[in-house]
Amino acid sequence: MKRTVSFLFALMLLFVSAAYADDGFSTSYTYGYDYWEDVQESPDAYRVKTVLDSTNLGMDKLDNQVLRKPQSLFVKDQELYICDTGNNRIIQVHVSGDRYDVVRVINAVKGSAEDYELAESFNLKSQEYEKAITERVKAEEKLAEMTGTSQEEENSEAAAVMEEVQERVNEVLGTESTTEAPEEVSASDAEIEAATLALEQAREREEQIHQETVEAEEKAKAQGCSIWQYDAWQKDGEGNIVSVLNTPNDIAVDDTGNIYIADTNNYRVIKMDRDCNLIWEFTKPLDATFDQSQNFLPKKIVVDVAGRVYALCQNINKGLVKFEEDGVFSGFIGANAVSVSMVDYIWKRYFQTKEQRAQTANFVPTEYENICIDADGFIYATTTVFSEGDLRWDNAKPIRRLNSLGNDILIKNDKIPPIGDIEWISGGGEATGPSKLVDITVLNNDMYVALDRVRGRLFGYDSQGVMLWAFGTKGNVDGAFNGAISIEHIGHNLLVLDQLKNSITVFEPTEYGKTIYSAIDTYLSGEYDESAALWQEVLKLNANYPLAFRGIGRAVLRQNKYKEAMEWFELAHDRENYGRAFKLYRKEWVESNIWWIVLVVALLLIVPLAIGMIKKLKWEVIMHEHSKVRK
Amino acid sequence: MSIAKSASKGVKPLRSTSEKTESRKAWWKRYLASMKYGLHVITHPFDGFWDLIHEKRGTIAAANTFLILFLITRVLKLLLTSFQFISAPIQYINVFQEMGSLALPFIILCLANWAMTTLFDGKGRFKDIYMAMCYALIPYILIQIPMIVVSNMLTYEEGSFYTVLLSFSVIWCVFLVFVGLMEVHDYGPGKTFIFLIVTIFGAAVIIFLLLVFFSLLGDALSYFISLYREIVFRLN
Repeated sequence: MKRTVSFLFALMLLFVSAAYADDGFSTSYTYGYDYWEDVQESPDAYRVKTVLDSTNLGMDKLDNQVLRKPQSLFVKDQELYICDTGNNRIIQVHVSGDRYDVVRVINAVKGSAEDYELAESFNLKSQEYEKAITERVKAEEKLAEMTGTSQEEENSEAAAVMEEVQERVNEVLGTESTTEAPEEVSASDAEIEAATLALEQAREREEQIHQETVEAEEKAKAQGCSIWQYDAWQKDGEGNIVSVLNTPNDIAVDDTGNIYIADTNNYRVIKMDRDCNLIWEFTKPLDATFDQSQNFLPKKIVVDVAGRVYALCQNINKGLVKFEEDGVFSGFIGANAVSVSMVDYIWKRYFQTKEQRAQTANFVPTEYENICIDADGFIYATTTVFSEGDLRWDNAKPIRRLNSLGNDILIKNDKIPPIGDIEWISGGGEATGPSKLVDITVLNNDMYVALDRVRGRLFGYDSQGVMLWAFGTKGNVDGAFNGAISIEHIGHNLLVLDQLKNSITVFEPTEYGKTIYSAIDTYLSGEYDESAALWQEVLKLNANYPLAFRGIGRAVLRQNKYKEAMEWFELAHDRENYGRAFKLYRKEWVESNIWWIVLVVALLLIVPLAIGMIKKLKWEVIMHEHSKVRK
Repeated sequence: MSIAKSASKGVKPLRSTSEKTESRKAWWKRYLASMKYGLHVITHPFDGFWDLIHEKRGTIAAANTFLILFLITRVLKLLLTSFQFISAPIQYINVFQEMGSLALPFIILCLANWAMTTLFDGKGRFKDIYMAMCYALIPYILIQIPMIVVSNMLTYEEGSFYTVLLSFSVIWCVFLVFVGLMEVHDYGPGKTFIFLIVTIFGAAVIIFLLLVFFSLLGDALSYFISLYREIVFRLN
């Protein structure tokens, strides 16, 4: 008994001691994940070049207004646009080397006076029309009160109602003594007649104004009126027609220099030329597919090469609102697919009562967090609404690359899909749960960098979805973030906007980061030997870099050194490439050892055969001897 | 055999070293025969398991050997299979932990099965159940060891051959466990199936009891330790 207990005790100790001490939490600034999903510390791929805040942008000299809650960055060539959302303005900064000069501040858009008049006439007419409708309704109500009939049926069919009212009035007038009309009807005949007349007049007026409104709209459209949000416009002192921005959340600039602004609280997307003259206002689509009870609140916009505008709108979960170049709403693209688990469905469908079903949330698709467009016109979108369990098996898809049909075509060739942090053990602070990727920017060669707001980290991925590096942290020092909100790039430099620190951190790649980039570049341009040499350089700086193993392996494979290539691929845990190298190696081995193989096979066949023959021969000899003896 | 022969010749066995070596030889012979009998069991499971128990064709020594070979196969598979087919974090593998995590459930399952079937007129003793379960592991050993070598001669794309054989070995083992228990307890297939499920529940109960036992043991120990400290503290 004593022995058994001590044995069991020893077993228990064995299991306890086997628990890993490593909690997977990184202490270094830059890191990566190895094949086993363990954090591997890494040399820094990026260093802070400079931190731009209101002071070193010179905003204090310009108008003494510091940045307030900036929401978005946009870079076109060497121009950096900062959406200073809290101050209702956009700051354009010219970047040349280490210099960052504020070029201008955009806080309003200029419209043409003719368009303003057209919009004014249309908008006044439509206001009049609304007034006419209310008047007509009032007249109807008044008449109904007098005749004491319910108004509800009459509202539905205008023409029929008219006749009906006429009939009833006649009834009341003609057969007053025998009427079945309610007692409370106390109005005199004259009053009723007057009310009927007023109603008829109101109807006529409504019809007429409606006609005029339609005419005004058609006229405005025919003359190419660009202004639709009439309320937002006003005449300034010099008689210019201007409209002030109201919480601009995002900006985009196309190749011709036209500027697009998501003017959220004015319910519009503005398209204007480089001198801030309005070209078109994209407003709420009056389409049945767009929920008319919701306001049009564009948060993020991108523009493709053809000038189509894709707007990510608040409270709209059907995907991105797409406008053609001429401002016509042409539908939604890239809606998040609704995913329902089998268990959920059965539970909801068969076990809940109608009331319970009504109370629980519907299966609705989620909204995107941010969008970005790459050089090929594909939209990269990030989403932060998912369940943790869906992340690892690639059901959540926090990063997507949408084609024109709105399908996700992001390439994922690594063991783990691109989801930001793989392990999210809380580091003691408020940062818990998986990475929430708030923005993404696409570099050359389809590499992309995603920004995590939970831990203030940046994750770089190559075109195959393999993580290049991850870095960043929360905090107040340079290179740490409190409220990371937007990311952009100029070349390989990265710019990260912090909405709480009101600053932009500019990162530049270190020697290590630069070597990785050039190794990828050279490989993609077909210079495999140069690429291998560069990967060797990377390995000198970071001996735990799977991409380097793979890169060297591929180069070595091209030099027909199969055995060596196999070793590199094994280090990289690259099964496909290992298989390729091994197949060639096996072929070579069989060819060079063919005679040995033949010999072994022959021996395996011949030796038993020979032994059998000898035995048989022996047996025959013995039998022969026996037969002799018998004779 | 040799003893039987010598006995039939009427030579009286002597109590000497020669007799000892004789009996050792006989043991080895029986052991090897029971090992060889394993091949018969896996190919003719219905007859094989019946004779294994009732005709005393199997030995505990052979059963132990198969269990140990199974554990070794398992570890070898983790360490030597080509990385294309298995992703074992070699830096984390503790050989003894790996073996323990297989052997312990195995013993617990045997125990649970014995505990359950004794109550419902199963004919098998614990020894028989253990022996049958161990013999049922033979296909795993026979197929997986060559597959370790084969895996190093195949590429990732040709892996279907490898995976099919691996799953075949496991299915064979499960089938043998089923038939083995059926023969050992003299049950019908339906009853065997039910008791397989019951066995799993029984194993869960045993694990629960073990956990309770160890946590109580830990509590008791810490109680006495703190008592001792308290006394020492007061005495000083």
